[in-house]
Amino acid sequence: MSSKNNNNPLVEVKDLKVYFDINVGFLKTKPLKAVDGVSFSINKGETLGLVGESGCGKTTVGRTLLHLYKPTDGEIWFDGRKIENKEDLQILRKKAAMVFQDPYSSLNPRMTVSDIIGEPLDVHRMYSNKQERRERILELMDYVGLNSEHASRYAHEFSGGQRQRIGIARALAVNPDFIVCDEPVSALDVSIQAQVINMFVELQEKLGLTYLFIAHDILVVRHISDRIAVMYLGKVVELADAKEIYDQPLHPYSKSLLSAVPIPDPETARKSKRIVLSGDIPSPLDTPSGCPFRTRCPYAIDKCAESMPPFEEVSKGHYVACHRVKEIN
Amino acid sequence: MSKKLLSLQLDLDDFIPATDEEKKYMVQMRQSTTFFRDGVKRLLKNKVATASFIIIVLITLLSIILPMIWPYSYDAMLGVSPGKPVDASYNNLRPFEYGATEKKLIEQGEKVFPHILGTDSSGRDYFIRVVYGTRISLAVGFFASIIVLVIGMTIGSIAGYAGGKVDLIIMRIVDIIYSLPDMLMVILLASVLRVALGEQIDNSALSKIGSNIISLFIVFGVLYWVSMARLIRGQILSLREQEYVLAAQSTGAKGSWIIRKHLIPNSISVVIISTALQIPNAIFTESYLSFLGLGVNAPMPSLGSLASEALNGLASYPYRLVVPAVVISLIVLSLNLFGDGLRDAFDPKLN
Amino acid sequence: MALLEIKDLHVSFYTDAGEVKAVNGISFDLERGKVLGIVGESGSGKSVTAYSVLQILENNGRIVSGSIRIDGQELVGAGEKVMKTIRGNKISIIFQDPMTSLNPTYTIGRQIMEAILLHTDRTKEQAYERAVEMLRLVNINEPEKRMKQYPFELSGGMRQRVMIAMALACEPDILIADEPTTALDVTIQAQILELMKSLQEELGMAIILITHDLGVVAQMCDEVIVMYAGSICEQGTVDEIFYNPRHEYTKGLLNSIPTTATKDQKLKPISGTPIDLLNLPKGCPFAPRCENAMKVCINHPAEPMVINENHVAACWMNVKKGIEDGNIVLNSKADDIKEGGGQL
Repeated sequence: MSSKNNNNPLVEVKDLKVYFDINVGFLKTKPLKAVDGVSFSINKGETLGLVGESGCGKTTVGRTLLHLYKPTDGEIWFDGRKIENKEDLQILRKKAAMVFQDPYSSLNPRMTVSDIIGEPLDVHRMYSNKQERRERILELMDYVGLNSEHASRYAHEFSGGQRQRIGIARALAVNPDFIVCDEPVSALDVSIQAQVINMFVELQEKLGLTYLFIAHDILVVRHISDRIAVMYLGKVVELADAKEIYDQPLHPYSKSLLSAVPIPDPETARKSKRIVLSGDIPSPLDTPSGCPFRTRCPYAIDKCAESMPPFEEVSKGHYVACHRVKEIN
Repeated sequence: MSKKLLSLQLDLDDFIPATDEEKKYMVQMRQSTTFFRDGVKRLLKNKVATASFIIIVLITLLSIILPMIWPYSYDAMLGVSPGKPVDASYNNLRPFEYGATEKKLIEQGEKVFPHILGTDSSGRDYFIRVVYGTRISLAVGFFASIIVLVIGMTIGSIAGYAGGKVDLIIMRIVDIIYSLPDMLMVILLASVLRVALGEQIDNSALSKIGSNIISLFIVFGVLYWVSMARLIRGQILSLREQEYVLAAQSTGAKGSWIIRKHLIPNSISVVIISTALQIPNAIFTESYLSFLGLGVNAPMPSLGSLASEALNGLASYPYRLVVPAVVISLIVLSLNLFGDGLRDAFDPKLN
Repeated sequence: MALLEIKDLHVSFYTDAGEVKAVNGISFDLERGKVLGIVGESGSGKSVTAYSVLQILENNGRIVSGSIRIDGQELVGAGEKVMKTIRGNKISIIFQDPMTSLNPTYTIGRQIMEAILLHTDRTKEQAYERAVEMLRLVNINEPEKRMKQYPFELSGGMRQRVMIAMALACEPDILIADEPTTALDVTIQAQILELMKSLQEELGMAIILITHDLGVVAQMCDEVIVMYAGSICEQGTVDEIFYNPRHEYTKGLLNSIPTTATKDQKLKPISGTPIDLLNLPKGCPFAPRCENAMKVCINHPAEPMVINENHVAACWMNVKKGIEDGNIVLNSKADDIKEGGGQL
């Protein structure tokens, strides 16, 4: 626990922008601003939760960290090293890995479990002889609670939860320091989610991992994260300790997001006053000027349309991007 | 509170906790099958497809084995011996008919193997020519499809994976070739190549195969790869977005690795089905080219050339046209039905 | 008589691999104007149950036995003609993914009007008016403009509203909502759920809400049925189920959801994996994963037992408790049966 508080950023993102060119007509393209100026850092051994709804850019952030998408602008720093050229990328790929959302499409149906888990080892040529490779694969399977006899089976023979474990084992293969977890439990049954979440926590303690945990289920994110960042239309609107965001959200969007989550407790559900937003989430192709949330914000004023509010530290470790944050709270 | 009665006969022992073994025993693991085995099972259930498969296998085996054991060869003009005048009694015999010379031999006590389909105008046993012709047609169809497969798969996967400009250019080429009227192109190319390459090939080691067949392969290679390329490209475009490809990319795997290990193995069933349906196409093309005289060189028979030769004596010997036509139809039909069956059994979209 | 009465329903799918017993003898009632939640995970049979009511199962699915009555009218075996008068008319359904439930080649207006014209005697003009009225009812702004739009022009939340408008156009008695908000963002989900609740109160219709999200159940439902592997584990009012769960599966489910505990406290998951419906064991289907499973659970499926007037549960643990409390007798002499004592 204490290691998380010594400001030792493993991952740093500075004003990251990821724009995609979308064809909107004959020979005409428009930029889709998936990520529009995002900055945060993750300390060693910490879990940063990233929440938001569709179009907020959280998945894009995660994938860009692993260079699956090329950043349009901004910087990514990993372990004190700016990621700029191929060399940096090579190093990044050995130290960072990703766990994907869909247990059904994230595993190649034609490969055995052993080959799936061993693929990173093969790509990086980490083992020269078969024996060592096999031992490492069995070790990884053991970490995630898979039976060694399952090594020669095919992915489709397993349930959703087991497949996710295979995906986690694959991510651990190169012994990474940092794992991006992209909605890893969203596609699983509720009773299985708990198993996998526990495993994530265990592995973090055992192997000293750092996580970026992307999810849309607030309750899950709150459970596993140390700090949480809330995203809306490509921007981070609030960033704070998990408990603080949940108990005391400052940004209007965070407030409505948290109040919209249905709580599995009938009495609380009856008593709670829900902030229901009107309107739909704007498309990332046509982001509103100034603050992207202003079209649905109950507190919006003219200033909100004119300029994007700065991302400022309002209290210790608690950052908010809202012009009226002090007045509202 | 009234005392309640249980409908089952139970006693207190039933209420002790169950052991882990007992719980495990309740759940039997389903017999594990692979995608392949599942597909084969489904294929076997399809009687038409299975029957077609058996027919094709039979025909193929017969076409390979029979020429080896048959007493007559396809190019032996029975009435012709070097240095002697031509014995015309062997020519144009009806099925199971014996020529004058043969009748004499039988009277002399020699065994003469019957001509099941008679002989042609040059005294060659027709049955074995048909069998040999089948062999040629099958071989051409098969190898042409392989060429198409290799070229189409390579180009298609490059286009699909690379995307962008490369994809654009390749696909425009595909579009152009696709828009050409294929029968016309095939005939044109075949005639041109025959003339252009004919001499060169005849003088080289490939002369045995015949210049026409080589040009046929070239024609196929140049024109027919397009549909396979489009198919593969489509597959790869959709597979490319699969998360397991992303996972491989995130570990730093290069394009060739991904194509080899992920994209192509998952396209295999589509490829096989498409090839299975391509073979009858190739056989048919070869047949009509040979029919037009642009196919195999004489004396090598192919089902198409046999049909063509039969036109001359059509009134008197109609079977000479009917038999090769029926064989072509049978092969093409069986392969198509089998290919359809394969698709039904293995196409994952139908699950 | 309840609005919808389902008794001992068995539904199976006949596949290449064998018979998949999706629903194994479930019974429940739905009263007028109530919201009933059916909760379960994948393979629990909740969607299959709903589809059997409307008889829109896939080709290889069949109602093997049982009875489904709406207002006393038997639906099982009633035939397509009867079902056509029920669907969209007396009972409507909305599905999880509005994108695939709406026909992309027809305008919104046309699709809503289709349902109205099919089931009522209205003229085209009247149907148009009614459709616009429905769009207004579901809080879609500029309804006349929307009538001419196509599904792809609308957002996910709006499409789901259109689905609701279509479903309610003929004022059904029952609305079946199969995971209506699972595919939607949280803030949109809140809008849709609130809309459904207000419509339900306004129109007085009953809703069967199928979901795996216990939060949604807590927010929306009056009564709850918990299903596992095709059987009902327990059913009762929402308070009873959440605060007095009497089935090990329900308890496990409630314990495994992350609440306000931080990550230092481990979640208590349910061990094991969901059962294979091709190979249902002979006893309680949840037993292999149940930490309190007893020998009787292995051999006999539990029968539903009345806990109180609002709560019925099918779990041997309740019987065990009953024995310990002295309320249940084992193997007594037959002549000692008191009134009401023959059943559990």
